[in-house]
Formats: sequence, C-alpha cells, structure tokens
Amino acid sequence: MTRSLLIAACCAVFALGACTDRFGGPGSGTGGAGTAGSPSDPSSPAYFQQAVGDRVLFAVDESTLNAAARATLTEQARWLQANTAFTAVIEGHADEQGTREYNLALGARRASSVQEFLVSQGVAASRLRTVTYGKERPIEVCSTEACYAQNRRAVTVLATGGAGA
Amino acid sequence: MTRLLAAAMALALSALLPVPPAQAQSGPLRIEITEGVIEPLPIAIAPFLTEGGAAAELAQDITAVIQADLEGSGLFRAIPERAFISPITSFDSPVQYADWKAINAQGLVTGSVGVSGDRITVSFRLFDIFAEAPLGEGLQFTGTGDNWRRLAHKVADQVYSRITGEGGYFDSRVVFVAETGPKDAREKRLAVMDYDGANLSYLTDPGTLVLAPRISADGGQVLYTSYASGFPRIMLLDTGSLRTRTLENLPDSMTFSPRFSPDGGTVLFSSSRGGNTDLYSMAIGGGSPTRLTEAPSIETAPSYAPDGSQIVFESDRSGSPQLYIMPAGGGEARRISFGPGRYGTPVWSPRGDLIAFTKQNQGRFHIGVMRPDGSGERLLTASFLDESPTWSPNGRVVMFTRETAGAGGAPGLWSVDITGRNLKRVPTPGAASDPAWSPLLD
Repeated sequence: MTRSLLIAACCAVFALGACTDRFGGPGSGTGGAGTAGSPSDPSSPAYFQQAVGDRVLFAVDESTLNAAARATLTEQARWLQANTAFTAVIEGHADEQGTREYNLALGARRASSVQEFLVSQGVAASRLRTVTYGKERPIEVCSTEACYAQNRRAVTVLATGGAGA
Repeated sequence: MTRLLAAAMALALSALLPVPPAQAQSGPLRIEITEGVIEPLPIAIAPFLTEGGAAAELAQDITAVIQADLEGSGLFRAIPERAFISPITSFDSPVQYADWKAINAQGLVTGSVGVSGDRITVSFRLFDIFAEAPLGEGLQFTGTGDNWRRLAHKVADQVYSRITGEGGYFDSRVVFVAETGPKDAREKRLAVMDYDGANLSYLTDPGTLVLAPRISADGGQVLYTSYASGFPRIMLLDTGSLRTRTLENLPDSMTFSPRFSPDGGTVLFSSSRGGNTDLYSMAIGGGSPTRLTEAPSIETAPSYAPDGSQIVFESDRSGSPQLYIMPAGGGEARRISFGPGRYGTPVWSPRGDLIAFTKQNQGRFHIGVMRPDGSGERLLTASFLDESPTWSPNGRVVMFTRETAGAGGAPGLWSVDITGRNLKRVPTPGAASDPAWSPLLD
C-alpha cells in the first residue's frame, strides 16, 4: 500500500517535471522536435525524453558528471546513434545561487560536459550544439535545495535537421 | 516613445548667467559625504515662482522634483513650506536671512519658471543662510516643454554639487530589464527611464530573452545579451531608432557580459566556447575581437577602470569566483578579493576610487565596495539575493538588483549610498533587474 502510493507519487512528479519544462521543448529557438511522438515508440522524441531521460543533474557549482548522469548519457548516445535523423541542442542551466554572469558561464560548462561525453560515446560532434541559460530558466521555483537540485541540469533537446546556426 | 527618447537625448541645455544680487562666495554650508551623513541637512526650497504666463502647476511640479531629488539623496531634509516665515514672492527681492535662520534652514533654494512658446526657462539661486550670502551664482536652464523634469534635475544637481563639493547624479538615466510573468516563465525586455523612474519606455519586445544591458556615456547606445538567435549573443541597440545589430561574429561561441570602455569606443565581453569562458575586447565599430585571457577557468564580468588602463573581472581560477585586475590589453592578473565567500560582477567607480561587487557568503548576498588594491572592503547590503551593482554618475550611490526568495520571488531595483545608508527601492512599474546607470547627461 505504502509502496505503491510512493511509486504513484514518483510518477506524478516525473510527469509534472516533463510537462512544466516548457523551455526544454521546441521553444528554445532551435526548431526542436521536442516531445513529439508516442513514448511507446522507441524512435520518438517522447521516448527519448521520458524513457531514456533527457536531462542530467549536477552538484552545486559543479560541471562534472556523476555515475547516474553518465548512465543516462550513455543511453542518450545509444539512442542518438540509432536515430540519426535527429540533432540536439544541449541546454546548460544553473540554480539561482550565484550571479547572472557566473551562472551563464557555469551553464556553458555543464552543457559542454554533456556534449563531450556524448561525443566520447560516438555521437558526431556536428549533430550537437550547446547553449547556456544560466539561471534564467528554472523549472522548479522554490528557493530551497529541493528545487535547486532540479534546476542544476543539462537538458538534451532534440531537433530535426541542422544543430542550429 | 522613440521620438520622446530621441528628444531627451538630443536636448542641449544652455546654462546662462543671470546677474546675481550679490557677489558669489563660498560659505560654510557644506556636507562631507565621505563622513557618512546621519542627520540630513535642513534646507528650505521655496516654491518656484511663475513668470510670463507659465503655468503654476508646472512650477509646482518642478519644485517637487527638485525636492524629491535632494531629499532622495538622503543628505537633505526639506523644511515644510508652512513653516516659512517670509515667503518668497519675487525672485529678485532680497533674502530675509533672519527669517530663515529662525526656522533653522541651513540653505535656501529660490527659483522661477518662465515659458516662451515651447521653451521653458528655469532659474534658481542658492543661499547659505548662516553665512548670509549666495552660494555660487544664480543659473538658468532652458529646454523644451517635454523635458521639464530634466531642468528640475539640473537645478537639483547644482544644489547638491555646491553643497557637497561632489558632482551631481540626478540628470541621468537607467537602462534595465523589465520582467513579467511567473518565475519559471519570466519574460524580459529592455527598458530605459530617468534615474528616479520617470519617463519610462521599452526598447525591446517581451518575446526574446534579454539580459544585463549597459548604456553608453551619451545614452545613445545600449549593449546587451539577447537570445534572439536561440543562443546568447551581444547586441548593440540605438536608443533613438531602436535598431539593433550583432556586435561580433565569433564562431561556435556564446557571448555575454558586455561593457563599454569609458570613451565608448571599445567593448569588453566574455565568450564561451567549448565550455570555457574567456574575456575579449573589440572596437564597437567592428573588426576582430582580441582575446584577453586564455585560462581554462571562467573569466567573466569585466569592467574598465575610468582611465581605461586596467580591467577588473571575475574568475574562478583559484577554485571559487574572485576578483582580479589586469592591464587593459590582457596579461598578468592580480587577485584583489580575499575575504570569505564568492565575489562577482565587479564594477569600477567612475571616480576610480572604489570597485563595487556582488558577494555571496553563507547563503546571503551582499553588495560591497573595496579599493582597487583590495583593501577597505565594506558590505553595503545583505539579503537573499543582491547582485549587479551599477554606479551613480558621481560614484556616491550604487544601484543594484534585489530578488526575493521563493515561488513568488521577484527582482526589483534598489539603491544605497556608499556609506551603506539611504537604502531604498527605485520605482519601476513591475519587476526589474540588471540596472545600468548612465553618466550625467549633457
């Protein structure tokens, strides 16, 4: 009883997170494929976002990838190699602790860490582009570590066609 | 909106010298700002008189702006008009010093407003009551009707300057980011207003994310970071025509944190490529950017010394963000911040004597100042999130962003004296961030 409730709660949080990330989709200026398709279709962006996992999280002021992040990115790389019609823009984000300028630079570092890892796993560099949003696009709005942890992220946003200008 | 702005920028004010009734003389009426003023100086601001058919309402408005400027500085307290013993009924009649002494007025400002067609002329005199003499000569300023607030600011700047011995800061503008919408879907656009919040106009549309504008010395150009391309890129905007262009074209790069050189001819900025952020400079007219730093660490938030010879910036080369100074052309940098915590967004005072910065320590943010050699660090503010300081034209006041915490948190503009006193909110119509204060207008 308790356990199944817990699982249900987790799913709800996950779905909410996916829905409220309005800037992780085709709003990021790259003509992205976003969340298109059915999550049950393994070649769909929706599957990439929900089943593979489109984001990795970072520790405070860090851009290094932890084991969970590397596992997610390994799956992302596998997916990208199997679905070569897609390119991706990797968005680097920071939490609100820190100045605007520093967080822009930190977001660039985080996005670049992800890009380097995906390339190391065999994804062509020409299919990937990075962008930093610094602290400009939080997905969680409270001012505690629970939210900060979700905002310190890099999100791989799929697009079809070129990887941007 | 565009025309108004252009008119304000193009306005030329002529300072004429009317014949003063007595010879100019420096009295003991004086405020030393550096000592930190605890008790504001009581002064009397006589309601400005009308001449030649000027509307009484206009004279009242001008008097009110002068009073708001002087009181807003925290250095002056205006004595209420109802306490006046001998009202000023003629601009040229002799001052009854005893009547002003009796109400403890240290200074007296008198003035008149004349209108001729579209031209407004504001004349004023300042008197040192205890020395029983004028403080400086009478002056008059002329401008067009829609610039009446600027004429009032000019008078207030003169009064402030004569009493403090410092330059004024009231006839100035502030460009900033106006924000609307919830925290997770904030819309931002550039806006410009007088330093006191009046005459606000918007420079960009809300659909495109924009950050951290800077205004040129003449107020005619604004540098800022725009996501119009989908990626952060520095743009240059003409405040008259509202035309924009991309500053640089560095390949595979994101650029942000621009700042004008003191002469306006050069732009400093930071550029991220491959996850590494370094500093560059380039001529504002175009050409190739010059790379100033090569380190694998983050280098950002550069700001020139007022003589253009050095750059203060933020770097995490030591492991945490700290402040450094290097020659304007790049080269060896020396660290100037050594206190506990993280330092960022340094801005060199136009006077050259101080550097304002953002400091983050033990979960709090501060705006602080230190000397360029790193000594004399003083924190002026403390809150959940203070950042992005900008200097008043005279280097005596710092404006900054203060953001409140939580889901409903929003930023606003605040200002504080470099003594740490007179902390107050700058009026904006909604949420606002990233102010950049212009020099005094011409």
